[in-house]
Amino acid sequence: MGSNMAECHPVAFRFVMQAKTRKDRPAILIHVDPRFTRTSAMADYHVPIRAGSDIVFLGALINYIIQNERYFKDYVVKYTNAATLLRDDYQDAEDLDGLFSGWSDKDKTYNVDSWAYASGSGDHPQATPPPQGTQPGQRLTPPTNVAPPWAPKDETLQDPKCVFQVMKRHYARYTPEMVEQVCGCPKDLFLKVADEFTKRSGRDMTGAFCYAVGWTQHTTGVQMIRAAGMVQALLGNMGRPGGGVLALRGHATIQGSTDIPTLYHSLPGYLSQPSITRPHDNLASYLNVETKQTGWWFNTPKYMVSLLKAYFGDAATKDNDYLYDLIPKTSGDHSHIPMFIDMGKGNIRGFFAMGQNPAVGGQNARMQRRALAQLDFLVVRDIFETETASFWKDSPEVLNGELKPQDIKTEVFFLPAAGAPEKDGSFTNTQRLIQWHEKAAEPPGDARSELWFMHQLMKRLKAMYQGSTNPNDRAIQSITMQYGVRGTGNDEEPLAADIMKEVHGWTVADKKLVAGFADLKDDGSTASGCWIYSGVYTQDGVNKAQNRKADAPGTLGSHQGWGFAWPANRRILYNRASADPNGQPWSDRKKYVWWDDAQKKWTGADVPDFAATKAPSTPAKPDGTGLDAHSGSDPFIMQTDGRAWLYAPAQLRDGPFPTHYEPAESPLQNPMYKQQTNPATKYFTDEPSNKLAQVADPNYPIVISTYRLTEHHLSGTMSRWLPWLAELQPELFIEMSPELALEKGINNLDWVVVETPRGQIEAKALVTRRMKPLRINGQILHEVGMPWHWGYKGVVRGSVTNDLTHMACEPNVTIHEGKVFTCNVRKGRLKA
Amino acid sequence: MANAKGFFTDTTVCIGCKACQVACHQWNQLPTNSAFALTGASYDNTLTLDAYNWRHVKFIEQFPDTRAADAGRWLMMSDCCKHCVHAGCLEVCPTGAIIRTEYDTVYIQQDVCNGCRNCVAGCPFGVVAMDHVSGTAKKCTLCYDRLQNGLTPACAQACPTGSILFGDVQDLLTRARARVDQLHSQGRTAAYLYGDSADIVGGLNVFYLLEDKPEVYGLPSNPRLPSRNLWPSSGLSILTAAIVALGAFLNFRSRRLARPNANPNA
Repeated sequence: MGSNMAECHPVAFRFVMQAKTRKDRPAILIHVDPRFTRTSAMADYHVPIRAGSDIVFLGALINYIIQNERYFKDYVVKYTNAATLLRDDYQDAEDLDGLFSGWSDKDKTYNVDSWAYASGSGDHPQATPPPQGTQPGQRLTPPTNVAPPWAPKDETLQDPKCVFQVMKRHYARYTPEMVEQVCGCPKDLFLKVADEFTKRSGRDMTGAFCYAVGWTQHTTGVQMIRAAGMVQALLGNMGRPGGGVLALRGHATIQGSTDIPTLYHSLPGYLSQPSITRPHDNLASYLNVETKQTGWWFNTPKYMVSLLKAYFGDAATKDNDYLYDLIPKTSGDHSHIPMFIDMGKGNIRGFFAMGQNPAVGGQNARMQRRALAQLDFLVVRDIFETETASFWKDSPEVLNGELKPQDIKTEVFFLPAAGAPEKDGSFTNTQRLIQWHEKAAEPPGDARSELWFMHQLMKRLKAMYQGSTNPNDRAIQSITMQYGVRGTGNDEEPLAADIMKEVHGWTVADKKLVAGFADLKDDGSTASGCWIYSGVYTQDGVNKAQNRKADAPGTLGSHQGWGFAWPANRRILYNRASADPNGQPWSDRKKYVWWDDAQKKWTGADVPDFAATKAPSTPAKPDGTGLDAHSGSDPFIMQTDGRAWLYAPAQLRDGPFPTHYEPAESPLQNPMYKQQTNPATKYFTDEPSNKLAQVADPNYPIVISTYRLTEHHLSGTMSRWLPWLAELQPELFIEMSPELALEKGINNLDWVVVETPRGQIEAKALVTRRMKPLRINGQILHEVGMPWHWGYKGVVRGSVTNDLTHMACEPNVTIHEGKVFTCNVRKGRLKA
Repeated sequence: MANAKGFFTDTTVCIGCKACQVACHQWNQLPTNSAFALTGASYDNTLTLDAYNWRHVKFIEQFPDTRAADAGRWLMMSDCCKHCVHAGCLEVCPTGAIIRTEYDTVYIQQDVCNGCRNCVAGCPFGVVAMDHVSGTAKKCTLCYDRLQNGLTPACAQACPTGSILFGDVQDLLTRARARVDQLHSQGRTAAYLYGDSADIVGGLNVFYLLEDKPEVYGLPSNPRLPSRNLWPSSGLSILTAAIVALGAFLNFRSRRLARPNANPNA
């Protein structure tokens, strides 16, 4: 669901086809998607649903699992928070017609206090946290642990306040009939695939969900993914071979650029970016609120201090807070869309676009191109002159006279970039697998690697600010460049392998590589650029990301010798859950990691994701911190309570249970609740170009999705310039059903104008029976789809589909809703 | 031939990604002859095999009038030269440009081809085409140059799902038959092999697993070789020759009879 894997991840899809065609128990493939795609063509079942109705479908699956007792009871009781009791003042969306307790209509946010676990054991030694701090003399009170392992539980799952019962009630109205009404998917088909999927999960079998931006790009995207996590936790499909919820990432090494982030809100290894909106005034207060007292994140100070030592080297000392103060603090949401809105207001002076093409790929792209015109300078590094680099002379706004090049003050620097095969480096793919690649050819002409560019830029900045006494410039002065180089002068380029070593980490005193993140310390004696990657090198300096030894066919196949999977070369996270509470495999067929009683340690086909010698019978220490607070049968070690969260007591801004809300633009009133849309949606109403259609707007009655094709990549920079690829999908098209085409008088290949409140574009009609009108509550609803690969540069050109999309965003991660909005279509062209 | 090399193309696992087309273009450095215009024929924008497209992925949409959910198929098939055991192109080539290689594949020697186009008409699958720039006929070589260097043909190497499998034809046939049995056991009883037996031009070294009639995929049910006309044509030629000879004989005879007293010296 939420993925067109065959088209967008064809290489990974080989493994799906291998599972489907293998001799022993071939897998079945179910594709739930609004469109019939090349993935549907390979599936045993294609289940059509209305775009944006996924939570109704998944909620109904949860309800089906509960009602038909398809859940894996032993797993659910011991490994999830199903038994945990909730507070008396928690109120569910069923009670408040689509809202949870704590909603403030004025602030448009939730106060999440009532979502915490019940604190029935007030006499627990850690119920009132003792003050502590990382600096001598400093005693800070850590925030209350809202999901402690010692929260009261009812393992019979009968208490009406336990998560299981609250969840059962929350999803009681998510029935097969509701699926038919709201998703437009025939009830019988839903029941068939619900049976097929759930009967293939248990001790002997597992099932997996694969999703991609078909789930992410919704105002309820995070909750859609969570709903799949709940299904998998109920079925016992987490931490076990063949299970999981697999996020298919959208670009090469986008996983890597989340781990070592190109994101505004996190530091390498999923440490929080310091923010002025939280008590992050100094390192001690930062660590006090960011360190979890129970679970693995108790180790946060070791990773943060080691990161600061990697950033600032010898200049970072205990006395100066390891120069924590030099890390820029965020003041709010600085993700892509708010950044471009800010840019449009003239609040941003300079912008580097590297491997990014927002003039085509940005939502409400016309607004984003106009924002570029407000910059003082723009640096674009890419392999071709992209639409972003040439917005000032080739964009539709310039061609139609709205913008004049002579009025655009933005100074644009276009720098040629080397392609991936033209430089050393690593890719981290969706299963956290780091694979090294070596430079295979010299880049053409003056094209250079990113490492070269960043290194040369930093060298010049350091020279410029060398003598400055302005405290603002201390970051540039103090930042280390701890790697070898090749070449000299303008050709000087860092050695990628040396940077990987810094990422991995070393002891400061002797620069000896650490064994892994277990060696990292919070006393300034170690440095590591990203704790989760620590272990990618051996202490002898062997780069495990270069390993290419696959396991033989027919073996359990965790492929320990192929690349390096963070953390600690683990291939399946939380793999303690592949064994029962006593540490024995759930079944012989699915054995993976287990407790070896003779050797008194965990063993198996993978690196155990558990304290190596902690026996299954180990009780939780009442006053223990970190993993000591968990018992030997709590597999989910990153969570404060060691359990998989069916119910999310913290960390989410839009509710502890996934709940169906209509998309920001929808042809329907929410059939399930009075609350129409996700209440916490970010609308950015201060941006005038970001207009939304009304609910059931007669001017925009058609649902539209945007997506990608196999033949092109993203905004087309890597494909539209190449004739061999461009010829395969040469023109922008809009896919529509024959029924809609007939209604609108459109023939196959006719030009069509597509309109939303943000703009109009033109495309050719691709009339196909693969698209089908849905019957929703007795009404016919049409859906159309458009790829978004085209722009105004390259061998093949076309309208920018993202000129249609809006910037209403998901509240937790500020992702847009490109997968579902509303439009209208008519036969014709933009200009007669 | 004992060591015949070929492809088994399992259309049931083809995802229509066209990586085979691109790999073929790249390895063989074939230019594009595209008009860069949407064809409107499903996701197929190259439409045919020709002198620059030695691989072509076909897309066949089959969705019933009932418009029922989960009813309908989107068939995809990557097509190329079949490297026939009895090759029509090879039969009709007058210059010997088309040869059978040590891999039992059919290869057009570009430096021998005189551009007569007999092979274009002689191929029952419409595979061979004229390159109007070089003036020679072109088609898939089964990556003869890669085979010479122990490499898998570019298309099979690039295929992500194993739809195009390269190997010894005998091994491929064993695998293909097992795959058909598997599909049958899963209730997909329409699956069969096309070109696995001598019925079709003596057998195809590039054969297919299909789930519908050959014509649905644009393949002939009963392809014919040019040589099928050899005996009838020969007979007709002999007959024609006999009639002409007879006519000539009668004609000359009547002319001689009409001038009995003609004086050759007059």
